[in-house]
Amino acid sequence: MSVEAIETADPPRLSLNILGRDDIRRLHTATLDVIESVGVRFPSGRALEILEAHGASIDQKTAVAKIPGAVVEAALAKAPPTYTLAGRDPALDLPLDGRHSYLGTDGCGVEVIDPLTGERHRSTLQDVSDAAHLADRLDAIAFHWTPVSAQDRPPQSRSLHELLAIWSASRKHVQTETIVSAREARAAVEMAALLAGGREALRRRPILSIMQCTFGPLAQDKGSLEAALVAAEAGLPVGFMTMASCASTGPATPAGTLVVGNAEVLSALALMQMAHPGCPVYYAAAQTAIDLKTGAYTGGGPEDFLFGAASNALADFYRVPLSMGAYATGAKEPDWQAGVENSFSSFMAVVTGADMLLGAGLLHGSRILSYAQMVLDAEIWSILRAMSRGIVVNDETLALEAIRDVGPGGTFLTHRHTKKHMRELWQPTVFDRRPYGAWEAAHDGAHHWARVRARAILSEPRPAAIEATQDSELRRLIALVEQET
Amino acid sequence: MGTGEMFEAMTKSIIDGEAEDAERLAREALARGVDPLHAINLGFVPGINEVGRAFGCNELYLPDLVRAGMAMKTAIRALEPELARRGATRQSAGTVVLATVKGDIHEIGKNLVATMLSANGFQVHDLGVDVSAEAIVAKAREVKTDLVGLSALLTTTMPAQRAVIESLDAAGLRPHVKVLIGGAPVTQGWAREIGADGFSEDALGAVNVASGLLSVHR
Repeated sequence: MSVEAIETADPPRLSLNILGRDDIRRLHTATLDVIESVGVRFPSGRALEILEAHGASIDQKTAVAKIPGAVVEAALAKAPPTYTLAGRDPALDLPLDGRHSYLGTDGCGVEVIDPLTGERHRSTLQDVSDAAHLADRLDAIAFHWTPVSAQDRPPQSRSLHELLAIWSASRKHVQTETIVSAREARAAVEMAALLAGGREALRRRPILSIMQCTFGPLAQDKGSLEAALVAAEAGLPVGFMTMASCASTGPATPAGTLVVGNAEVLSALALMQMAHPGCPVYYAAAQTAIDLKTGAYTGGGPEDFLFGAASNALADFYRVPLSMGAYATGAKEPDWQAGVENSFSSFMAVVTGADMLLGAGLLHGSRILSYAQMVLDAEIWSILRAMSRGIVVNDETLALEAIRDVGPGGTFLTHRHTKKHMRELWQPTVFDRRPYGAWEAAHDGAHHWARVRARAILSEPRPAAIEATQDSELRRLIALVEQET
Repeated sequence: MGTGEMFEAMTKSIIDGEAEDAERLAREALARGVDPLHAINLGFVPGINEVGRAFGCNELYLPDLVRAGMAMKTAIRALEPELARRGATRQSAGTVVLATVKGDIHEIGKNLVATMLSANGFQVHDLGVDVSAEAIVAKAREVKTDLVGLSALLTTTMPAQRAVIESLDAAGLRPHVKVLIGGAPVTQGWAREIGADGFSEDALGAVNVASGLLSVHR
């Protein structure tokens, strides 16, 4: 296994000016105004104590904290602009240096499309393991999320079983979105430290990062806050994700939804810096617009795509990495809609330089895992990777000598320059470029080939990615959590 | 403004989703001695019917629908004391106890369902969020409910839906009391597995499923 990052050229070959400097400034000012005058709910005694000690005014009854803008800015200024998400093998490290984009899986689904039968079933721990194995073997995928919920494990320790299943399948970095209580977070830190070689080694090389959702609009979740504080203390990178949705948990206007989501994320990241100055944090976002007929989270559409680029402009302004919800189509199967949504959303995030992109492999707005979709998403990533290299112009690429050799009416097919450079051209693994007759005879295509490829990978032998002694130690830590509750 | 014009204005206040206008018109009707049942049936209900029609053909969207539901609720609340004084009751489509289950504090979806059920004539008892199975069973018994609606947004709180169903069973309230479940991670398969009577992926669907369940068991 390896990791295919997208590297941004300096200056970038592709760029997009989604928001002007004045737009960003206005969004920032509006956000600070909201945090200071409307406030954000922090339903955790510990969080409120920290905020109050740093100058926030607290309403104990509603748990709403109004934090002065200057306090938020001062706290955010302590966040490191760059750091590295460690793999359990240094070759799999992901430097968040502002010049690389990495793709992660999606989460947290509740159903899985069986790669053999095509039937849907409720997700289990085995599915977590299978999905992690496939993600491990796809070079496009750089890090894991918890792809589906291990619904055959008890809720109070489920996130830890999921974490162990992923670690057992892969040495790539893991970012979890399912560790949402202080107790689970403490156990996860101990488990990660065990694999990393102690607490200090873990702090230097965080093999685990933690993602929490905000509770829109303008609130945080108690368990999430307390889990995040535990992780931040241990030096694990911590991100807060807004899923503000136009016309529901955010205003109908995208600018207003950016402000609401920004207030949620900034207030939480500021809290982390107040509690543990200099701890690695990241901005996370997956804003959307609701479906106006049902009110559902859509997971696609032009507003989504714009948010992907705009969130990156904001994260750049605050000088913190971004983990951006991209891909994650609303389609029910790997089809035209999935292709359109996942291409646009990932393009907009990559072209603006998002550090981490989430969302490979899930359908129906992050609810249903499809192994075929994961393979197809990896193919979209490889297209983006080729596009990001842009068009290089120099003496060699202008190919004047070859052009002179071939002249009017000749062919470049057999020229040495072609032999030298043709492998720089992108090659598909699941695009259909066959003659029409070949397609007509087989009537298969991308979806089918992706499923075949996924099946082949899933049936490979799977050497355990952790040693037996570590495995039993990790299981013991999980059992402790189960006994406590 | 004549009474006919007033009824038209009431209808419009619902279509426009203007709760303040609806309440003002309801109070005006009372001041004029208009029968509150007439105000509801000739003034406000045609508005809800029109909103339903317009929604069906994509002229109106969910925010319009919910605003109309809230306007309807406000108008009826203003008329209720007078209805009670006259000993008149509005025909109820059924009694529903709604809650977001224990351990879960997400309420947007559940509140949408509450509004849409109320607007469609159900008596809704909304117990709020993070509600224990015991509290739900107690309320179901107290109000002799026809239906219990359970919301869960988290995969880790979905099992609490099963716990409520088991408690309702143990209390001997089922199968008379029907159970409707919902929430982003909830599926038809889960509903079947835990023995829920109905499942919906959105608020409007919930109204249809609730209506279907209650008409069957009557």
